[in-house]
Amino acid sequence: MKNRVDKPALAVAAALLVMAILPLAWRNDYALSFGINLLQFSVLATAWALFSGPTRYISLATTAFYGIGAYAVAVLGEQLPWPLVLLAALALGSLVALGVGLATLRLSGVYFVIFTFGLAELVKQLVNWYEVNITKTSGRYVFLEISQQAIYWQLLVLLALALLAGWWLRRSRLGLALRVIGEDETAASHLGIDITRTKVLLFVVSAGFMTLVGAVIAPRWTYIDPAIVFNPNVSFQVLIMALLGGPGHWLGPLAGVLPLTALFEFLSVNFPNYFSVLLGATFLAIVYLVPGGVVALLERWDRRRAAALVKEVPNVSPARPPEGARTPPCSVEVSQ
Amino acid sequence: MNPLLQVDDLQKNFGGLRAVGGLSFEVAAGEVLGLLGPNGSGKTTALNLISGALARTGGSIHLDGQRIDGLAPHRIARAGVARTFQLVRVLGGMTCIENVQVGLAFRDAPSFGEASVAEAIELLRRVGLDTRAHVLAGDLTYIDQKRLELARALALEPRLLLLDEWLSGLNPSELQDGIGLIKSLRAGGLTVVLVEHVMDAVRALCDRCVVMCAGAKLAEGATATVLADPAVVDAYLGRAHA
Repeated sequence: MKNRVDKPALAVAAALLVMAILPLAWRNDYALSFGINLLQFSVLATAWALFSGPTRYISLATTAFYGIGAYAVAVLGEQLPWPLVLLAALALGSLVALGVGLATLRLSGVYFVIFTFGLAELVKQLVNWYEVNITKTSGRYVFLEISQQAIYWQLLVLLALALLAGWWLRRSRLGLALRVIGEDETAASHLGIDITRTKVLLFVVSAGFMTLVGAVIAPRWTYIDPAIVFNPNVSFQVLIMALLGGPGHWLGPLAGVLPLTALFEFLSVNFPNYFSVLLGATFLAIVYLVPGGVVALLERWDRRRAAALVKEVPNVSPARPPEGARTPPCSVEVSQ
Repeated sequence: MNPLLQVDDLQKNFGGLRAVGGLSFEVAAGEVLGLLGPNGSGKTTALNLISGALARTGGSIHLDGQRIDGLAPHRIARAGVARTFQLVRVLGGMTCIENVQVGLAFRDAPSFGEASVAEAIELLRRVGLDTRAHVLAGDLTYIDQKRLELARALALEPRLLLLDEWLSGLNPSELQDGIGLIKSLRAGGLTVVLVEHVMDAVRALCDRCVVMCAGAKLAEGATATVLADPAVVDAYLGRAHA
């Protein structure tokens, strides 16, 4: 275990490098546009799974943070240098996530889901109210000199960072704490885990990535209004991608992003008028067809990992009686 | 010298219901104290108040002179109070060794990852689960889950161990093993408060007992004396049997 090369991590690093070079070879805008779409969902789904994967708190607030990022750019884009705009967006998204996290992470199960769904709508309506009543506008133009290629590369950097976070989390105490919280919060707290701090921290990190995606992608829209950037479809698409791929593994969401981005693209190009209907049908199909849903995927991963561990951990027990000799099912050594 | 655990005038109300009212007792270091009483007398509530699962309505709890009531459960755990649950709470989706490693990873002096494997295996061996280290905890029998929960609690290196009916539901041979295990913990200097209905275990293990009834302390003293107290027999069996 110690010196073994982490093959998936190397493969991912190589794939990211290849993806970084690809735009230089692409001659048509469509490939670049699809690449941007793919990357934006890759970051969103990976970021979603950072928090929701191990804790099993299903969040539908993705679009809230995505929209906050986009709006931050619309408001500040022409007033500050680009890196500062991104920082400001990140700060705003993180602040909202912190408040929401502290207020809601005591909710569990379906109540958390509904709250996050409501949150996205609330933020959208607040922005709407502010724009209509205070600034007297109903939308904003985003005219920034940022090329599609630059958007692509920024998203790629975000993806690399999100994957790095997921990869590191898998090995860290923090990641272990999140998994224990997902298993049993009460037990977690009695085992010395600060459950509130752990959950809020990861919720903020996850939301930070989502906010940055919204910010980076904003110049692509040229015009935004609350209905465009606070679109609940984004939350549901990200959720279904992560669930299809398997949110329990740092690479899981990507496995769902690839086929579903392609499918959504195909649907919106070929059946633009029926997109929402077909999107709904896809959701239903996935929920029905992925056997046992997410849980089965999660468990299979856990089992495989457990099986791998058996080979790695040396048997430290010095004098173990043969299997059959342990007749009383609860034989306990009282040698102390 | 301070008692290891000092509970003073502890109170807990659930709305209009007084679950614990004015409970006081002390536990000396190295002692095994039995917390007895009929169902609904407030034993588990008292345990939940000590471990921080519930917030007290009144009173105070000190661990080794340090006030711990009002602290979050994880702080109390890190201060050295480990517990098991009346209804077992193992981490079902994780393996046995991982369950124990969680206890090691978040205690006051944590050990994590590779560094914790040997210690985790040793703790599993202590409760007789070392051969099942890589079995998912959710796949264990109920009894094995109880043993795993104990190993996980011990992983915290507690100064005080709270056992909530850990010996209930065992068959006679398992019970003897379980009693032997707790005796070995006491021999190692661990202080234990156990809520228990199995009187054989109480007699074999407890130096002293506190008997609760309707949220208050009914009797306290050496185990044999307390169990012979007519008021205690009365509370347990009802007046007709006394």
